[in-house]
Amino acid sequence: MARTDPKKDVVIIGLGWTGSMAGIELAKEGLEILALERGADRDTVPDFQYPNVADELRYGVRYGFMQKPVNSTLTLRHGTQDTALPMRHLGSFLPGDGVGGAGVHWNGNTWRPLAEELRLKSYVSETFGAAIIPDGMTIQDWGVTYDELEPYFDRFEYMLGISGQAGNIKGAIVPGGNPFEAPRARDFPMPPLQMQLGPRMFRDQAEAMGLHPFPMPAANASEAYVNEYGMQLGPCNYCGFCERYGCLNYSKSSPQTCILDALKRYENFSYRTHCEVLKVELAEDGKTATGVTYFDESAQEEVFQPADLVIMAAYSLHNTHLCLLSGIGEPYDPATGTGVTGRNYSYQMTGGTSAYFEDVEFNPFIGSGSTAYVIDDFATNQIDFAAEGFIGGSYINSGQSNGQPIRSMSLPAGVPAWGAGWKQGVKDWYGHAMSVGSHGSNMAYRDCYLDLDPTYTDKHGRPLMRMTFDWKDNDIRMTQFMKSKIEPIVEAMNPTSYRSSYKAAGSHYDVRPYQSTHNVGGTAMGDDPTTSVLNPYQQAWDAHNVFALGAGSFPQNIQYNPTGLLGGLAYWTLDAIRTKYLSNPGPLV
Amino acid sequence: MASGLAGTALVSLARPVFGQATVPALTDYIPTAFSAEEWAFVQAATSRLIPSEGEGPGAAEARVAVFIDRQLADDFGTAADWYMKGPHDPGADPLLGFQSSLSPAQIYRDGIKAFDDWCRENKGAAFAELDPVAQDASLTALDGGEVNLPDALRDFFDVLLQNTKEGYFSDPRYGGNHGMSGWVHIGFPGARASFLEWNDPAMDNVAYPLGPVSIAGERT
Repeated sequence: MARTDPKKDVVIIGLGWTGSMAGIELAKEGLEILALERGADRDTVPDFQYPNVADELRYGVRYGFMQKPVNSTLTLRHGTQDTALPMRHLGSFLPGDGVGGAGVHWNGNTWRPLAEELRLKSYVSETFGAAIIPDGMTIQDWGVTYDELEPYFDRFEYMLGISGQAGNIKGAIVPGGNPFEAPRARDFPMPPLQMQLGPRMFRDQAEAMGLHPFPMPAANASEAYVNEYGMQLGPCNYCGFCERYGCLNYSKSSPQTCILDALKRYENFSYRTHCEVLKVELAEDGKTATGVTYFDESAQEEVFQPADLVIMAAYSLHNTHLCLLSGIGEPYDPATGTGVTGRNYSYQMTGGTSAYFEDVEFNPFIGSGSTAYVIDDFATNQIDFAAEGFIGGSYINSGQSNGQPIRSMSLPAGVPAWGAGWKQGVKDWYGHAMSVGSHGSNMAYRDCYLDLDPTYTDKHGRPLMRMTFDWKDNDIRMTQFMKSKIEPIVEAMNPTSYRSSYKAAGSHYDVRPYQSTHNVGGTAMGDDPTTSVLNPYQQAWDAHNVFALGAGSFPQNIQYNPTGLLGGLAYWTLDAIRTKYLSNPGPLV
Repeated sequence: MASGLAGTALVSLARPVFGQATVPALTDYIPTAFSAEEWAFVQAATSRLIPSEGEGPGAAEARVAVFIDRQLADDFGTAADWYMKGPHDPGADPLLGFQSSLSPAQIYRDGIKAFDDWCRENKGAAFAELDPVAQDASLTALDGGEVNLPDALRDFFDVLLQNTKEGYFSDPRYGGNHGMSGWVHIGFPGARASFLEWNDPAMDNVAYPLGPVSIAGERT
């Protein structure tokens, strides 16, 4: 039977980036806080220490730091008439688990959105006319503007310690930075990382073609750094083990390196691992939450944890799943277009061209997750959507993140997949390949959404969440546009050969190859309760003491990696909780 | 006390010396996951997927079959981390991913049997007994979907090929990449994980000079 534990002021679901930020910001207020994490505890030592973590098979291929589908997965289908089937092992995306969450195993690419992306529907309507928005595309404004969020982006970047080069400081364009970014109050806290040969070749060619290359904003420290919580980072040694790994060098920004040791010093903060929240419990009137019920693995029992404030800080997909299971927001129904929870799920559209240079030695194992040069000349705010026939954009980049040979073995056309030719090919071409990639937006659609699966259940007997998603013409036209921009750059670099991979017309979503873990939406924020679960403070419209942090808040995806935006939004919300909500609990809008 | 000291001495004698990992000869290796016939198949098949001829080690020299045997006896082989609840629809659209009810170890077991049956019917003998030309032709047929395996086994070739490459390039602690020979072949330095001084434009186009190290500290 369920036990009931003593009440807390705050319960936090999930101890990744946003859970850690919520923990320390609310701990400063003297509140009694409990964070519940369903995965294991993790710290740099022993979990990420050298040499054990430099193990491609265990972490890169067998997903040592990721969620285990046996414990948590979802079902997928392409259309509303199809039968969804479980994601039985991971592929397309890799949600993290354990303390630190996906903040442990990310690459560190840390972007702000474009100002236009946060009011996308308005921007498109004002600039090109609302008639260009295709039927069934459900893009929205976020209900909060770039200018409102700027101080919180700044704070998040300085908390993480970002290496980069500003392109626009208070409206003044800075050479070497991104001239198309929105204004920022000041430069990044650290200078850019040292780039490898491949990215520099791309930079030089892009520059020669009149484009505007700049260094990727990187949560990989380029020098020693101390953040606002007194946490210290050491300079990156370009070990080549960022993505899918915890950092062995205290260089990559993660909850461990940036927050947790400072947070653990607060006596009013505690956390429990291997404790999975099953449901947010609502009061009888449904207007507030009374706490959460979780499964305590060590005690093998359900626990009711009463709390005045519930902060949902799990991965985006799990926040949505919990809202669906808990009755937070009306579930979305694509047939009628009504309901909000699960609405506006979207993903990320990526593509790329690999180039092979027989006479160039790239030493591909030297790198970090964010050593890359980028051009934003084809960003969402730089494209004539009416003329090109799509809405969206991409950044285009060339980076060198790792040369781990099981996963990172790019071979030119004509090299067979096995046999003597493969064996010769891996010798000839490992070390002689580089790539230029497109990382792009993905719009929201009426029939791409999340709900509860009618057939499959998890280990607690709860329905799995069901994802209905497929690629749409708009987004395929966007990626084909990027192909037409990238291939001329690559050709001009004069490689021995190159090969491209972009989704073509008629492509369907394939859950097998890794694409990106940038699943967004499902608990969209906005200023209209009929199209959003959360108000502009990421506060549930339906239950004012429930806040949901993370990329689930995005009403459609931006063209960038989501962490910078979700981090800025988290500080924005936590500031509102501290300065407005605690003294006067109730709806902030 | 004396017996304890003797034990310590034995352990230190058995410890691998750098570059000289002491492992039993492949012919003396006793597989955990495979029967004798299955073991013969895996050795033969991986030896065609990465043959010994030409520059660099083959799967046999890299002991890829040992890697696969150990993986199949471990969490990977039993699908311990995977969601394996029914209902199963192994014939579903492949874009929806793995839908077999069988674990990788079961896919190997049933796949080897079905493929060997096909080889006997079409090539006159079990796979391991065929000559290399017939083996390559048979694997090409398997790769091309011409062996008509049941849906539950349709990933057999892909799993076999993926595991073969894993065994060629993963840390030697897992039994393959023997002597780090796969890493030496392509120039991957293994678990060095520190390149600050080599991440420098002055080193452009200079191949990194140091050979690989393993997690256990072996060097070539």
